[in-house]
Amino acid sequence: MNPQTIREGYNFAYLDEQTKRMIRRALLKAVAIPGYQVPFGGREMPMPYGWGTGGMQVTAAVIGQTDCLKVIDQGADDTTNAVSIRAFFRDLTGVKTTERTEEATLIQTRHRIPEKPLQAGQVLVYQVPIPEPLRFIEPSEVETRKMHALEDYGVMHIKLYEDIAQFGHIATAYAYPVLVNGRYVMDPSPIPKFDNPKMDNSPALQLFGAGREKRIYAIPPYTDVKSLDFEDHPFEVQKWEQCCAICGSAESFLDEVIMDDQGTHEFICSDTDYCRERMENLEVTV
Amino acid sequence: MNREPILQVDNLTKLYAAGKGCEEVSFDLYPGEVLGIVGESGSGKSTLLSCLSARLAPDQGDIHYLTRAAEWVNLYGLSESRQRQLQRTEWGIVHQHPRDGLRMGVSAGANIGERLMATGQRHYGNLRDTAQSWMSDVELDIARIDDKPTTYSGGMQQRLQIARNLVTHPRLVFMDEPTGGLDVSVQARLLDLLRQLVTEMNLAVVIVTHDLAVARLLAQRLIVMRHGRVVETGLTDQVLDDPQHAYTQLLVSSVLTS
Repeated sequence: MNPQTIREGYNFAYLDEQTKRMIRRALLKAVAIPGYQVPFGGREMPMPYGWGTGGMQVTAAVIGQTDCLKVIDQGADDTTNAVSIRAFFRDLTGVKTTERTEEATLIQTRHRIPEKPLQAGQVLVYQVPIPEPLRFIEPSEVETRKMHALEDYGVMHIKLYEDIAQFGHIATAYAYPVLVNGRYVMDPSPIPKFDNPKMDNSPALQLFGAGREKRIYAIPPYTDVKSLDFEDHPFEVQKWEQCCAICGSAESFLDEVIMDDQGTHEFICSDTDYCRERMENLEVTV
Repeated sequence: MNREPILQVDNLTKLYAAGKGCEEVSFDLYPGEVLGIVGESGSGKSTLLSCLSARLAPDQGDIHYLTRAAEWVNLYGLSESRQRQLQRTEWGIVHQHPRDGLRMGVSAGANIGERLMATGQRHYGNLRDTAQSWMSDVELDIARIDDKPTTYSGGMQQRLQIARNLVTHPRLVFMDEPTGGLDVSVQARLLDLLRQLVTEMNLAVVIVTHDLAVARLLAQRLIVMRHGRVVETGLTDQVLDDPQHAYTQLLVSSVLTS
């Protein structure tokens, strides 16, 4: 470590060593029981709940001096949340940061999984607002824990049933519930269901931190992650008729962008790194 | 009447304080039999029902239940997951207030389908068909399958609750004052429906009520409770027409007749 690069008066990665140890202990338990929500003593972070305090605590607990950090918010490297969290860790750890998915060893994300397939050895940290997938139907924490313990998951399909009854198809588009390792039903945080298949048997380690709710859970590498569905209404991901207006990709997750006040709109890649790299390659070939 | 009982209750006691709760209750229940539990408020009827349906562990005594697989199990010797499994596959629990038994935030169809989904049904079309056929069985308009129970009247909610419980074809149903809080004409229709379903599905039922008319209409056998103890048991007609215990006599004589 190069002490000059850390802001004076702060410990490496903001949290004190005891706290990081406590979070790592919770992480170990979470990895040992894929999809199980481990309570941990969440600390106050220098930003409000809902801005990614859970993800930041997990990142702070696992980050090392040789790590290379990437932070994305809705897929983008250059939005407020991503920029400020990246700056925070650059200030308080001095580690290298990057926007390139393949360079990063540690990626903190809000609501997306990068388009480029993750590699073994990479760690993906999710920011989670509501970790409990059963919460929408069962307000009691005591009861939801019991339901998890007893694998009492019938209610999960009620939400999907209601979708089909109302809209004719499963309209849940984000935070789409998954079954991890054939045992625990898990909320994958509000990523679009487009990203759900990327979690299945991913070579990367996936860690989830919920700051306000003080829960940590994890998907170890190469773990089965199955999205819940019905036999006659199987799980499927979003599709677009358009391609990315910048790079022309037909495979990536697209954001709709309003261009003027006449209602003109375009679709562009939500993953800015993916989009930029495609553009660079296009320019090379041209 | 069937040869082997489905439920055996032996010396069941659950006391909150002396005389509060139920004490030393024993009875057998046979398949297809409707057993009424009557008594005044605070006599321990509902406590007894909670104990019977594995929702409240008793202080003493045993409950044995004969499962569908023809195996005797000690209810409170079972794991909690097994108890819940029984509750949602082999049993039904009809609450006095439909709000306690229904999920008010989701549609009627989802309410009926919940137990099926919990037992592993994953075919939307089939769930939908089952929900519709049950709605017509309990005389609900199937056009309202996607409406939430909050938009239903009290009587309709109660019928929905019954459909939701019977959808997995339980063998044993616990009912706590199923007609309480309904007006008399709705009560009569509901009782008629219950009686028909009980006969058709050969259900064993334990029904708690303070309404002797309900007991007379539905139950073949009665248990009269007072201060947590059983004071009289017997065939319904026998108990109601020739009450032996002073309290039963009082109960029978205090029914209003028009």
